[in-house]
Amino acid sequence: MKNPIAHINKIFDHRIRLGIMSALMVNETVDYTVLKELLQVTDGNLASHIKTLESELFILVNKRFVGKKPNTSYQITVAGRRAFLQHLQALEQLINNSK
Amino acid sequence: MEDNSYLNQLKDIRSMMDRSTKFLSLSGLSGILAGVYAILGAICVNYIIESNPRKYIIIESNRFKAIIAVAFLVLFLSLLTAFILSKRKARKTGENLWNATAKRLVINFCVPLFTGGVFVVSLILQGHYGLIGAASLLFYGLALFNASKYTFDTIRSLGIAFIVLGLFALNVRGYSLIFWTIGFGALHILYGIIVYLKYERKLP
Repeated sequence: MKNPIAHINKIFDHRIRLGIMSALMVNETVDYTVLKELLQVTDGNLASHIKTLESELFILVNKRFVGKKPNTSYQITVAGRRAFLQHLQALEQLINNSK
Repeated sequence: MEDNSYLNQLKDIRSMMDRSTKFLSLSGLSGILAGVYAILGAICVNYIIESNPRKYIIIESNRFKAIIAVAFLVLFLSLLTAFILSKRKARKTGENLWNATAKRLVINFCVPLFTGGVFVVSLILQGHYGLIGAASLLFYGLALFNASKYTFDTIRSLGIAFIVLGLFALNVRGYSLIFWTIGFGALHILYGIIVYLKYERKLP
């Protein structure tokens, strides 16, 4: 990686999207309600960021019913994990370079 | 300025990974208080035993019932204190007490602990009184160790300390109450102080 900036992923350059990805990196699946509580954002806001990540194929959406209640959970994809790790590495390098 | 924002991004990632996998509303103070209850309970139990010159205890006797009552009272007060103080801490940090991480913590803690509870009751019913102290220390230690993945790392060390103490108690007969007091009393207090110094002093 000669130019770390090139590996900084614009998609992750937002606090909420970064938060969603971080939570999905360390949990097999995360429920919508859990994400909402962790990030403390409104439904509309969260939904739009989820849509962005979904359209990049970084996360998978599972919708199902638990009893009569609809339940939506999210899962990170292989591509999402790879992209996030690359982003992390780039961040690390940028910080090391500036020291 | 730029570098600072990258550093903040890394901090955000770290905090999100921790908060989404770990229950962080445990309070150090509840550990200290649980230790104090246990020591007071042990003093009561010692008094009950010493109050009668005949040192052995029969399962049907009132003294035995009194000891069991003290043990349950200590357990109940400790759980109640932990619940109230965790709730207060959760409110302070703006989180929900009963969230996904709390559920995982409780399940992973309760499975070994419940097994241990049934085991200890079976020991009592079959008359192996000498093993009760060691068994309760061991199972409690295993429960802590198992639950530690979902909360502060300090719980892991506390679990190991309980297991080591339980193994000692297993081989040194006749000092159950002393081992029990060291574990549920002193270790809890020590743990509470460490958690307080490590994680809570910085909170507003």
